Amino acid sequence: MITMTYADAARLALEQEMESDSRVWALGEDLGPEGGVAGQYRGLQQKFGRERILDTPISESMIMAAAIGAAICGTRPVVELRYADFGFCAADEIINQAAKIRYMLGGQVRAPLVIRQSIGMRDGMAAQHSQNNEALWVHVPGLVVVAPSTPADCHALLKAAVRCDDPVMFLEHKELWSASGDVDPNAGPLPLGAANRVRSGTNVTIVSWSSTVAPSLQAASSLKREGISAEVIDLRTLWPWDQEMVFASVAKTGRLVVAHETVRVGGFGAELVAEVAERQFHFLKSPPIRVASPRAPVPYSKPLEDMFRVTAESIIAAVHATLRVQLAQPGVGY
Amino acid sequence: MNLQAAPPVERVLGMHRTMCRIREFDERAGQALHAGLARGSVHQYVGEEAIATGVCANLRVSDYVASYHRGHGHSIAKGVDPTAMAKELLGRAGGTCGGKGGSMHIADFSKGMLGANGVVPDGVTIAVGAAQAIKLLRQDRIAAAFFGDGALNRGPLFEAFNWAKVYRLPILFVCEDNLYAATQRTREVTAGAGGVARAQAFDIRTESVDGNDVRAVDAAAARLIAGIRAGEGPAFLYATTYRWYGHFAHDKGLYRDPAEVARWRAHDCILGVESWLRQNGVAEGTLATARDEVKRDIDAAFAAAREAPFPEPDEAFTDVQDIGAPR
Repeated sequence: MITMTYADAARLALEQEMESDSRVWALGEDLGPEGGVAGQYRGLQQKFGRERILDTPISESMIMAAAIGAAICGTRPVVELRYADFGFCAADEIINQAAKIRYMLGGQVRAPLVIRQSIGMRDGMAAQHSQNNEALWVHVPGLVVVAPSTPADCHALLKAAVRCDDPVMFLEHKELWSASGDVDPNAGPLPLGAANRVRSGTNVTIVSWSSTVAPSLQAASSLKREGISAEVIDLRTLWPWDQEMVFASVAKTGRLVVAHETVRVGGFGAELVAEVAERQFHFLKSPPIRVASPRAPVPYSKPLEDMFRVTAESIIAAVHATLRVQLAQPGVGY
Repeated sequence: MNLQAAPPVERVLGMHRTMCRIREFDERAGQALHAGLARGSVHQYVGEEAIATGVCANLRVSDYVASYHRGHGHSIAKGVDPTAMAKELLGRAGGTCGGKGGSMHIADFSKGMLGANGVVPDGVTIAVGAAQAIKLLRQDRIAAAFFGDGALNRGPLFEAFNWAKVYRLPILFVCEDNLYAATQRTREVTAGAGGVARAQAFDIRTESVDGNDVRAVDAAAARLIAGIRAGEGPAFLYATTYRWYGHFAHDKGLYRDPAEVARWRAHDCILGVESWLRQNGVAEGTLATARDEVKRDIDAAFAAAREAPFPEPDEAFTDVQDIGAPR
């Protein structure tokens, strides 16, 4: 085990994949001398050369299309789109082309590519540099959506994403770039679609991913001191998501809190709660609750931005609310 | 099709046959839409056949072609099987894409045909990516991207021009200017001197050609492609032409002056090449035989398509993705 940051773990994973597979290459803005916005490509151009770590113009449509064209013609590109917000500049190429090309062409070809975007709020980046777009990508057939929460997961899931033959949206949270953790540099890829039960509990299930896993765990620790046993699940992959683990947990606890930084309305929590409601209604002892940000652009000013954050306190409040509602009969009455 | 080594008359005869095949196919494609056999949109290439034919006569099977919504001609010129294309058009099993793509997604990777495309100008930008792969993998092939004049006002086209030049990629851009972007006269919504000037702004080599003269297209494409194969980077071929029919088969094209349509029909690419062939000693019977054989082949292609079964219901859910596929 080596202690390293999330950014260094991502860098290590790509370095290892590029060493073991000469078809893997990366393209995007500021990857070379700059090493990426968080240093997640530092030193790779020096090691692999300017063709395999390609510095590009600010041309998101063409960056994305270059990756698609190169993916269907024998290479395995890793696209860096810097900020998830800029991913929208390449939304046509992602949604209309990358996600559907295999299907539209009747399975003649696959588009094995990784689309990296940094998501979320960090230090006053404001409305155009703070968005979380995972729900949008989950909505698009053809895409796999991954959002790691720790350095070790970032390392192992990026390896899995590079080896996957589907287009993978790989969402790295800006506030996690500098987070440290133990990483096994020899770890292989984690399976895509498998969640991680990061804490076991019996009274309530907290489902989270990316930046809200840490506050969920803090909340669970505090709740423990109150005598409340919370189970925390880190989804890791949002499409496909690990229904088996979530359903088993809800069957055990009967209570569900979903915590995500994304806008609450139409956020991925809505899909998750809907599936639980449709398929596990009889297990529920109280209405599921979503902890999420309001449906408003992310503001710049610190006290305003803080209002949009999902914190251990807001998760604890949600858990308290689920526990106060005790239904006369499970699944009936609301 | 490899006609490079053939003597001129033989080469032109081969191109004549390809043009006839494209025209016959797209006349039938339009009829299939009107008859309710094809669905959605069918954009006919009738009138523009010389461009796909003249360019693809200079390409190898291993070279890549990417097209756009008006893509049947490029597929046929690149050697895609018309029977598989007809099946695709009719949404049948055995179509180029198993009946899941239709007219705007016909592709055949075994022939280097990377696909028609339903979004302007995404075939172009994807073809630039294909050219990037050629460079990365040190392969001996090139890419050609066809697009209409409507694409000249889409931003990603200029990202593609810039990118191809900056990275010196082996790609030929082919602008087929049929004067109309859907129903809009392109000149009325296009500033400046148009396509050639726009490509030249990126220091890309250009040639302009009468797109209804297949010998001129062939010669211009040969010159540009020789440079691309020699490692000189991208080139741009600007070909003026005209589509006989509307934007798609249900569009009657009533926004066009009938005199304009008549003028262009008189300047037909197939009439032109047949006239040249006659002047160069080809017998009328030879031309008639070529036309008859093409008609018979395309007849058979559409007959086979009508007989072909529809895809199995399960096919709706195959090839979505490996991880997280529909259950």
